Formats: sequence, structure tokens, C-alpha cells
Amino acid sequence: MSKSVQPIDVFARDLPRETRDAVLSSVMTRVAGRKAKLEEDYGDPDALRRLAGEVKQHTLEHLDEYLEQAEAALLKNGAKVHFASTAEDAREQVLAILNENGSKRVVKSKSMVTEEIHLNDYLEKNGVECVETDLGEFIIQIDEDTPSHIVQPIIHKNRRQVAESFEEHGLGEYNDDPQTITRRARKHLREKYLQSDAGMTGANFVSAESGRLVVVTNEGNARFGMAANGLHIALVGIEKVVPRDKDLGLFLNLLGRSATAQQLTVYTQFIKGPRSAEQPSGPEQMHVIFLDNGRSKVLASKERDILRCIRCGACLNVCPVYRQTSGHGYRAVYGGPVGAVLSPLLAGDDFPKYADLPKASSLCGACNEVCPVNIPIPELLLRLRSRANQEGIKSAGSPPMAPFAKLATSPKLWRTAMTASKAMNHLPITMMPVKPLQAWLKIRTLPKWSGGEFRRWMKERGRN
Amino acid sequence: MSQTKSRPAGRKVLLMATCLSDVFFADMAKATVEVLEAVGCEVIFPEAQTCCGQPAFNSGDFPAAEKIGRYTAEVFAGDLPVIVPSGSCAAMHFHGSQLLFEDKADTEEVESLAGRTWELFDFLVNGLGVKQWAGTLNKKIALHHSCHTRGSDTGAAMETLLSSIEGVELVEVGTPEQCCGFGGTFSVTFPHLSGEIGQVKLDSVLEQSPDLLVSADMSCLMHMGGLAEKQNKNIETRHAVQVLRDVGLKQR
Repeated sequence: MSKSVQPIDVFARDLPRETRDAVLSSVMTRVAGRKAKLEEDYGDPDALRRLAGEVKQHTLEHLDEYLEQAEAALLKNGAKVHFASTAEDAREQVLAILNENGSKRVVKSKSMVTEEIHLNDYLEKNGVECVETDLGEFIIQIDEDTPSHIVQPIIHKNRRQVAESFEEHGLGEYNDDPQTITRRARKHLREKYLQSDAGMTGANFVSAESGRLVVVTNEGNARFGMAANGLHIALVGIEKVVPRDKDLGLFLNLLGRSATAQQLTVYTQFIKGPRSAEQPSGPEQMHVIFLDNGRSKVLASKERDILRCIRCGACLNVCPVYRQTSGHGYRAVYGGPVGAVLSPLLAGDDFPKYADLPKASSLCGACNEVCPVNIPIPELLLRLRSRANQEGIKSAGSPPMAPFAKLATSPKLWRTAMTASKAMNHLPITMMPVKPLQAWLKIRTLPKWSGGEFRRWMKERGRN
Repeated sequence: MSQTKSRPAGRKVLLMATCLSDVFFADMAKATVEVLEAVGCEVIFPEAQTCCGQPAFNSGDFPAAEKIGRYTAEVFAGDLPVIVPSGSCAAMHFHGSQLLFEDKADTEEVESLAGRTWELFDFLVNGLGVKQWAGTLNKKIALHHSCHTRGSDTGAAMETLLSSIEGVELVEVGTPEQCCGFGGTFSVTFPHLSGEIGQVKLDSVLEQSPDLLVSADMSCLMHMGGLAEKQNKNIETRHAVQVLRDVGLKQR
């Protein structure tokens, strides 16, 4: 009997079928939609992905300059700009801004970076109510759950579960009709908007040229949150900067199609600064907090390409491993292929804690194929595997390869091994600590042994 | 990944049979020799060959992989095309080695090997210009495009030759982007994931009730075939080159 030893493998094994099926059916629809939409609209969608990748890579390689430009532009537009080097700094900065304004009720639109710094818990502990206004995130919040997908946070739930949860939280008696659920959430959230005294968003992009923040939603919730009050705080990863306004067309066209098979997300907001003569509506105050939280270190590493990511989730949808685990299998804020690279890197000194994640991949390359910024994810996974190996981080299932290398560079030994009846014992899969042959044979058969036969045949032919 | 450099494509070739041929798939390696000879190639089999080094590379043991990579480059030294009946092993030569040997000195031999390596079907169709395979086979074939041939010309080449055979019906398999779940050592270190991923793929294949499941990579077929057999599901697996050989070797 074989036994799983990898946490993510155990997680997948124990994941309820119902959850897995919810994830699987949802991602399959997205994968098909993405492909159809890109092919319908562009003659060569791959050229677009490559171009976007190059623009992002260029930006990363000059990030210091572009960040300065973005800061200067935002200041000129009347926004206040802050830099947070750690999650803790960012949390404190948000709280300080709220305290200065006497704000106690925050409405928040969906933002992975606020998940990353665990902002909600912190604000609640400090007496600030923080309400998620994206429907999926709202459901996550009332369930005290965590998102399992970058774009579809509740991909692991079905409507029955949501209806049960709404009933439990006093949002109406059981009804699993999606429209009813949405209407109830909307009614509840409208009150929250009206009571709020600050709106928080992330940003999908920041133009260094103009300081414009771009925030996309499908529910209009970011806009609503800003319309209702006078204080807007945007928390933005430093890698969100792009050089020029005109680059935004490229990225927005790719983002909507890659994420949700939409030509454009329903609401695309461009926010240049606080209310001014030029911009007569919106909050009077705008604060932009640029978050590092380990990104500078990633930038200095050979895995820096991962910072191109625009959080579309296409790599999650297409990943055969993600399809079996949901994002929760990755034990971190970011799941799927991008998470398997980003989580160990952002963990800093805790790298060993996540060093198993880059191994949880068959290196099939589907992620790279769909990535709108062409991130070579399999290559980055390999680099991280190599790093774990170099740092001597022991994790389950790392086969010792030195004996195999010895065998594979000694032709006589190799031939003997391959033709001997015990040859299976020399293959790398049998050298691993999980009783691999049994692991294989538990669910599969092995083909008939023909060790040495081909070499004999070639020799015979040589003689004739 | 596709290769950009132009590669040598003469009819005198070196064969890298792959380690799986050494152990399990002697017949596939024989078929490779016979098919290459049928189109006029002289096939040289360097006896000292072992493995492309991918198991060590994918495990993150780059020093071990480097050792094997250098050894293999030495075994296949020279200027002849190197033909590999596996998209995966071929990709290790021309793609994996770029990462493995970045920042390394003395890489002329590995670069030379990378620049001369062809996956078998890419070589037949795009290297030699063989676009027709004479013969008849009244079978419904489900093609599995292995992950390591993504972005390469192998898939289209395989389709060109198989569809030129009279009587062959090629059928689309659902979830075309999805891996078979093998992934080398992944299949045993992540046994549950590997099995479930394979099952998704296998179900898509069985939906088409093909007579044959065909691929340019024996390892994927070993995985899907092994899963199917364990479940007493009847699916015959063949490497595409075995199909060509079985259809007939009188090609000129």
C-alpha cells in the first residue's frame, strides 16, 4: 500500500469530490472561453502575449525609475504616496491613515495584496470594520474562509453551500438561486457602503507616466466604494507599474480575455488622483501605498520573471494539479502555478516551508502557454527545485540522483543494469522514499520488461 | 519550445533510443530504426548512450543532470543529426540544457547536441520532407500530444503522416491542453495527483472509443495505458512510429 507523503498530494486525496468537481467544471469553462475569445479577436494572440511579457520585463528591469516616475506623477495629481517594505508596515500605514481621518468603517474591493498582508484581521483587531464588497470575497469573509482562486475566490463552493451560509448569517432563508443570492448580498452591502467612511482598493496597473491607477471589477463595487466616501486608500504591489498610459490597452485587452474570457471587464476605472478641478468627482483624499513585502528580493533573484504576473488566474485554470486541489492545496495566498513560484519566494527566510510546492508539478507547461505575460513558469519551478536542492532542504520525494548520474555516465554499468533482471531497481523512481514501485503499481500496470532486447537486435543487424 | 537554429538534416543520423527503450520499449526503438531506414537513412546507434538526464534535472539536482548532460553530449559528438523518438527527451537536449548550462563554461558540446537534436516526427516531416506514408490502416486513432512537444512542430508532423495513411481516422481528444499526469518522478512522489490527472485524460480518450491511442512519447502512453489496464479498460497504445512501421516499410 503506497502512502502519500506530500502535503498537497494528501490535500488532493482528501478534498471532497463535490469541491473538486466544482473547481474542475468552472475552470474548464474558463479555459475554453479564454481560448475562443483570444482566437476570435486576434490573428496571433501569442504575439500579443510575448509583447506584453516584454513590456513587463522591461518595466521590472527599470522598476526603480518607473516607481519614481509614478510617485512623482501621483504627487503632482494631489495623491499621497507611501512605501511599505513589509506587510506589517503596510498594515500600520493603512491604520494610521484611517485613524487620522477618524474612519471606522471601510468598504473594500477585491485585492489579493490585502489578502497577502492579512489586512482585514488586523483592522478588525484595531476596531475598524472592514467589509469585502466583491460578492465572492464577501462570501469568503462571512464564512471565515480564504480565497482559493485569484479571480474566482469561491471557486471551491457551490451555490448550495453559499445559500446555507447566507441563511446561517441572517441574510435570508435558504435559497440557492444565484440571482436571489446576489440580490440579498447587494441589499446588505448597500447599507455598508452608505455607512462607510473609507474605501479601499488594490490596483491592476499603475501608469508611471500619468500616475493613473487602473482598477477593474465586474460588479462596479470598487467605484461604489469610492463614490460613497471621501477617503480612498489603494494598496498596490510595486510590480504593478507599467511605463505609459498607452501600454494599458495591451494589458487590459489581455487581462479580461485571459481571466474571464471578456473583451473588457465590465467596470474599468482610471483613477488619477483625488477630487480636483480637473476631476470633479471622487474622494477628496487619495493615498497610494506601494508594497514591497519581499518583491525587491524576488527582483534581485533569477526568478524575477514571476513579477510580470498580472493576476489573471489563467495558469490556475489550465493547471492539471490546481484542477485537483483548488488554491487551498497550496497553503498560501497565491495558489496554482504562479503561487508555486511566488509563495516560496515571498516567504523569504521561510523558503524551506514552501520548497515542496515547486515540485508539485508535472512540468507540463500549460501555464506558460496561456500566460498573458509569457512567464516561463516551468523554468522558474525548476530553478526553485534546484535552489532547494542546493540549500539541502529535505522534503519528501526528492530522490537522490547522484547514484543515477553515476550509472548514466558509466556505459558498461548502465547496460548491465538495464539488461539484468533487477534492473528496475536502478531507475530513479525506485530510489525514492515512498516505495515508488508500489505507488506506481497500486493504480497502474507496468509494461512487459524488454531490457537489453533492442541493443541485442541492433548488434545482430550489424553482423548481417 | 520550438528551435530557432537551423539543424542538420542529412540521411546519416545518430539515434538516441531513450532509456525507456532500453528497459521497456524495445519494439518502439526497432520501429524507429526501420522507419528511418525505410526513408533512406543510415542509422548509427552509439552504444555508450544512456539517458538525457531529465530525471535528475526535473528533480532539481542540476549537478547530477549536468554530469549526464555532458556525458551524453560527448557520446553524440560530431556533426550528424541526432534523432530521438521522444518529444520529452528531445526537449531536454534543446530546451532543458539551456537552463542547465546557463552561466557554465565549456558548453560547446552540449550546444552542438542541442543544435542537432530532432524529435523523430519533426525530423521525418520537416527535416527530410517525408509528408506521405503509403499503406492502409482502417483504424480510429486518438492522438495524444505530449506536453513537452508544446510549441514544437512535432504534433503537426505526426498528424501529417498519420492522416496520410489510407483508412486512418484521427479523432480529437477532449482536454487537449491537459497533461497525462506522468511527469517522470512526479508520478510516484505525487501518486494521488498523478493518478487523478491521468484519469481525467484517460476518460477523455475513452469517450472517443478509439482503436488506438497514439503519441510521440512512450512515457505518456505507459502512464495512460497502465492506468487503463489496471481498470480493465481496453485501450491499445502505440507510439506513432510503430504505427508507421506496421502500416508498411516500402516507402520509396
